[in-house]
Amino acid sequence: MARGKGGRSRQVFDQEEGRGGVMLEYTEKIRETAKKLLESGKVEVFIGYKKGSVPMMNEPVLIRSPEETDVLHWDSHCALNLCNYLTKRKEKIGIVATGCNSRNIVIHIIENQISRDQLYIVGVPCKGMVDHRAVKRAVNHREILEVTEEGDTIVVKGRDFEEKLEKNKVLQSNCAVCRHRNPVIYDELVAELVEEQKDVEPYKDVAMIEEMDPDRKWGFFTRMISTCIRCYACRNACPLCYCPTCFVDESRPQWVGKSIDPTDTMTFHLLRAYHCAGRCTDCGACERVCPVGISVRQFTKKLNKDAEELFDWEAGLSLDQRPPLDVYRPDDYNDFIR
Amino acid sequence: MKSKVFTKDEWIAGLESLKESYSVFVPVKTGDFHSFMPLEGGKSPDFDYQNTRLSPKSLVYPESERMFEYIVDEKDPEYNIMKEAKKEFPPQAIVGIRPCDAHAFQIVKVNFDNPEYRDPWWVRRFEATTLVGVGCNEPCSTCFCASVGGGPYSEKGLDVLLYDLGAQYLAKGLTKKGEAFLSKMTGGKEAGELEIGEAEEIARKSKEKISSKVHTENLKDKSVLELFNAPFWEDVAFACINCGTCTFLCPTCWCFDIQDELYGKQGDRIRNWDSCMFPLFTLHGSGHNPRSEKFQRVRQRFMHKLKYYVDKYGNGVQCSGCGRCVQFCPVNIDIRQVIELMNNH
Repeated sequence: MARGKGGRSRQVFDQEEGRGGVMLEYTEKIRETAKKLLESGKVEVFIGYKKGSVPMMNEPVLIRSPEETDVLHWDSHCALNLCNYLTKRKEKIGIVATGCNSRNIVIHIIENQISRDQLYIVGVPCKGMVDHRAVKRAVNHREILEVTEEGDTIVVKGRDFEEKLEKNKVLQSNCAVCRHRNPVIYDELVAELVEEQKDVEPYKDVAMIEEMDPDRKWGFFTRMISTCIRCYACRNACPLCYCPTCFVDESRPQWVGKSIDPTDTMTFHLLRAYHCAGRCTDCGACERVCPVGISVRQFTKKLNKDAEELFDWEAGLSLDQRPPLDVYRPDDYNDFIR
Repeated sequence: MKSKVFTKDEWIAGLESLKESYSVFVPVKTGDFHSFMPLEGGKSPDFDYQNTRLSPKSLVYPESERMFEYIVDEKDPEYNIMKEAKKEFPPQAIVGIRPCDAHAFQIVKVNFDNPEYRDPWWVRRFEATTLVGVGCNEPCSTCFCASVGGGPYSEKGLDVLLYDLGAQYLAKGLTKKGEAFLSKMTGGKEAGELEIGEAEEIARKSKEKISSKVHTENLKDKSVLELFNAPFWEDVAFACINCGTCTFLCPTCWCFDIQDELYGKQGDRIRNWDSCMFPLFTLHGSGHNPRSEKFQRVRQRFMHKLKYYVDKYGNGVQCSGCGRCVQFCPVNIDIRQVIELMNNH
């Protein structure tokens, strides 16, 4: 499954935790690797993060020369999906990839959006990303001026306060139930693999919605998207959404109205989710970027659950298997398809 | 007009007393952030807030607005006659608006209300609106209002400015509309010298608290083409995911799209907010798109705000420094850095 040093099984857990500096080590290793790759010509560009100008925000960056690699940065706020920036690129590319990002890279390769040979994947074993909204809530929405981390502690500073939060309590909800923290495909790792979380219940929230009767379900989803402003950040942050023209942007014919009519907004959300069926890695980028905090993963998670229950399928784990919704087999167990 | 002081309880009671005369909108905490909502029982206004997530521009310029209606039934005598949709423009007051957002209405006014063109709906709604601002005692680290012609206690575009003195508000009427608002309001007493002094001191101190500064002074003398062809646009745009967060949250972005929608035989012509970040924004009927590339769209947003607007109206940049796009751009493209890049190019 994993390339490169994927066969290595030795896992060193948390030796550095509590002493701080793990993220700094990741950052240094990423810079060093990127520099080496660019100097040797093994890659022409390197995609990573640079430290953001506001707390808990980092900016994806494209590095072209070894001299620029010092801007590369890593911490618990690198929660976009960098695979989004690979689509149809032509160069040889170095890229950092956590568990979920690497799974999206697998999907990109399978779906012919990039080729494996073009990529040098720098795997980042990940212990979860921080939910910026949870941190803001934890400090009662006072203005945050600086967020740092010491091991598993997140230190939040404002004008007249400093609070220490346990990272596990402010993880993004997708990270809290993540079962693939380690990259599934990589050429090099920035650190030892981390322990995978066992006994997580990834679909507890979905099960609660499944129990509702249709009216309550409809009410739940209608309320959920009632604040949507149709900015499409959820769609655009998603590496799965690479169609040259999205159905909502089609004008001949126009499938979806452009106003904030709730029917059109719901159509957008439902269709977006269905387009991700059997492909979503639950990376959480859609939810992270929503400017009004809609839990858009509630749509895709149900489909992930179905894919897992019906096809024993989790997206992006293997280069060797086609996703369940783009294969046809004459011996399919479902009658309707034969 | 003399300024008035209200205890905070008096102020809320006073707003209640105005409900006969105005639709009163106030900042209310809704989940994780604040929104302007009608003053109603059960929802308490929170004037001790940073700013609303979305700017109040939608109260004058709704995200979707029905402009015209028509009937497409050939048998109907009114067939294909475009009629203005019925609208009312009752007096409304946006109470608690921040000075940056009030300034923003003045910035967009040049587009909607000028000698050549008056947008009938924007103008009527704006004329029916009284802007009652609350100065910012604690500006955010991302606020750069003071660098773009405003400030935490700027009076630009406001009808009334409130100073939060702790236990009470000092309300300063700035226009006829503002005076009318205050005179209709119950409670309050004439402000004394002590309170006026206190208010001035607060305003002075909060200006000093603005930590974020940008430089825009060179923009007007730059060559448009040199900025347009500057080498940094691809880098600025790399991270952009082309969502509409910046434009939709922005109090000064005014672009729209006009769409016809049919419901059976009933047609509506609707004006919706649009965003220059979307490829569809510039897609021609021929299929050609003059801004087909992401960097072209990102460049357009910044060039419009920081160069075309500057050159066309000669009154500074199309930005009031509210910092929403800085805080909420999901990929951290920071307009303050882009301003510096352009100003120093």
